[in-house]
Amino acid sequence: MGYRKKNRHVGIVGVGETKFSSHREDVNQPEMIHEAVRQALDDAGITMNDVDCVVHGNMELFEMVHQPDLWHTLGSGAYGKTSYRLTTGGTTGGTLACAGDNLAASGMYDVVMSIGFEKLQEGHTTGGITNMADPLWARKLQSGALTAATALKLIEEFGPERARNAAMIYRIIMDKHACLNPNSHRAFGLDWDQMADLMENSPPLIGDLRLIHMCSQSDGACVVIFAAEKKAKQITDKPVWVRDHITVHREETLNLCNNYYPTDTTHKFAAEKLYERNGITNPLDYFDVFEMYDPSAWWGTDWLREFFLLDGDEHLKLVENKEIMIDGKMPINPSGGVIAANPIGATALVRVAEAAKQIRGDAGPHQIQKPVNHALASAFGGTMWTILMMLEKELNW
Amino acid sequence: MSRRVAVCATAQIKNEPDIWYQRFQGMLLDCFESILSQTGVTFDMEKGIRNVVTCSDDVFDARTISDNGMTDVVGAHFRGEEKTAQNGINALGYAMAAILSGHDDLVLVMGHGKESQPESRQMCTNLAFDPFYCRPLGLDYLNASAFQARAYMEKAGITEEQLAKVVVRSRRMGAKNPYARENDLVSEEAVMQSPLMSDPIRELHTYPLTDWAVGMLLCCEERAHEFTDNPVWISGFGSCMDSYFLGDRDLSDNFALKQAAARAYQMAGIKDPKTAFDVVELNDAYAYQLPMWAEGIGLVDAGSGGRWIDDGGLEADHVNTSGGMLNGNPIMLGGLARALEGVHQLQGSAGDRQVEGAKKALAHGTTGAAGQHHGVLILEK
Repeated sequence: MGYRKKNRHVGIVGVGETKFSSHREDVNQPEMIHEAVRQALDDAGITMNDVDCVVHGNMELFEMVHQPDLWHTLGSGAYGKTSYRLTTGGTTGGTLACAGDNLAASGMYDVVMSIGFEKLQEGHTTGGITNMADPLWARKLQSGALTAATALKLIEEFGPERARNAAMIYRIIMDKHACLNPNSHRAFGLDWDQMADLMENSPPLIGDLRLIHMCSQSDGACVVIFAAEKKAKQITDKPVWVRDHITVHREETLNLCNNYYPTDTTHKFAAEKLYERNGITNPLDYFDVFEMYDPSAWWGTDWLREFFLLDGDEHLKLVENKEIMIDGKMPINPSGGVIAANPIGATALVRVAEAAKQIRGDAGPHQIQKPVNHALASAFGGTMWTILMMLEKELNW
Repeated sequence: MSRRVAVCATAQIKNEPDIWYQRFQGMLLDCFESILSQTGVTFDMEKGIRNVVTCSDDVFDARTISDNGMTDVVGAHFRGEEKTAQNGINALGYAMAAILSGHDDLVLVMGHGKESQPESRQMCTNLAFDPFYCRPLGLDYLNASAFQARAYMEKAGITEEQLAKVVVRSRRMGAKNPYARENDLVSEEAVMQSPLMSDPIRELHTYPLTDWAVGMLLCCEERAHEFTDNPVWISGFGSCMDSYFLGDRDLSDNFALKQAAARAYQMAGIKDPKTAFDVVELNDAYAYQLPMWAEGIGLVDAGSGGRWIDDGGLEADHVNTSGGMLNGNPIMLGGLARALEGVHQLQGSAGDRQVEGAKKALAHGTTGAAGQHHGVLILEK
């Protein structure tokens, strides 16, 4: 039977995001979550009485609260509701979005609220991520999320000058986008004349990965409300339709030495399967915006090739020619992306929320000025895990 | 679109106090290989498993993103994996939704718990409380349950003798279950004289420390015949979250369980829970919970849980034929273990504890302090 048509269409009817920041000391976890919940409910024009199911997710060892959804009931509105908790590391926000779609499509619930959050200030991010590795073999070798392998790969393939330039162009474009987004954590106001200085003087982290390339540690929460077709149309006159989603994880040790991709990456694998089953032959032409989970400028630059199934240096040209800018051919992360704000459990859900806002046309100062009908959002986590979600303006497939 | 999902195969290892000789990956691998050999299911992108729902917990595993360490042994290499982090019964509820949505035909559900691994499970559950008000008090699931036990026992007039009967029977039923934890049979006197852990909960009123792993293959109705001649159907699921602060709740009430059960009953078309089920499996982590949850699901009238025990209700209603949580399952897998027994009973594969002609079963799981969250699953032949 293979991949089938969904039982019911599902639309996004409300989104909410907190301001992202390195320190949200003014709020505790439930209070911070409540900000995003309140905003999403107001955005949808509904109350908690209309919500059938609450889905919660984060990475619990970062804040060291066991089963935090229990405490967060104070701010999440989950009291008296059906609730699920899903947690898949960096991809958690993506999993929450897939769950919102699945649960609403199943017929079991009409309105599903997905909540992703992280308060990294209350934990230790690199320590937390290092603790992911196998305690017997790999933990001593771990450098958390800090890796220069992708930089090395790009430099080997395209030479140091071109590769470093492309990564820095990517970085500055993301900062220019972040400066338009009032929720951004980091928005420096970087400009092109700083490129040489940043490449030379930004503190090195590991290999060719410098502090300026790397995403932040952020506090923040994101909420997306999903509704089955009939209900979605009652709630709003501009639901954003979830067309399809795919999750591809990768095994840890089998691919430990796989940085040079002798086989497909999960990004490419996921993209190929998703496009194939939805009849998309040229993703670069099809999509109007891509909200990508880009933890560093090196990864963002490199991954464009995988997600859009590009050949040779086409992905570098997209960056070098600034086609990924908000007014370019393929805007990437008009929100500023993960480099600008990374509250990990929320991050991938933010990508979906931001993509939905672009389709609705109400993203604010970072709204793409051309019509946005087709959007793609990605999640990344674990050992190169991928989730891709396709959003549509029209229900016409 | 069908409204039910088939359980096509189950696999488990034996519940043991300390599986020191295997890592959690090894525990899962045994279950995984059993499911593959029973069903011949593949990971083909078109017709095979494309999504795996796991159940585990980072704190108990002492690993960030603990599913990262098991993607290979659950077959999730270049396939999807979604980790649920509450009681395993929710993994079944979520897997059911993934199939009913049409997005997946097949979902493999895999759960593991290694309670022997952390220094103390009380230390783990203390972390479930907020760091400002409740955690410094030393609250954990045990002493939160003690508050509830006291409140419920007062209200329903539950006696030490009745709790002792629950424990004695749990051990007796567990002894008939080849996968159950091996415990000594105990007398009612021994239960009543066992040390107080957190008044009024005694040591023998408490579920014993256990390691375990389990797997289930779930499938859409249309394709179930490809994998089994003896499917068991999930026809209903409901869950509900209660409020957080213990003082905000009437601990002796069953607010969340009543809601969860009502939702599951509505989905499965169940009118009268007193007569609907041939088998009832309740997540009794502590002895007082068995009569309390029985009231919560509507099997027993409110306030008469104690009399129900004295009148032989546990036998008559075929409650916890597996031995229940009290005989030993890891904390997060209590509900999955209850569902597993339901499947065995409806398949007719429950051996010495088989309920003849069982056609409908209820399985229950709970998470959080004093049952803050409940899930109820309905299984049918």
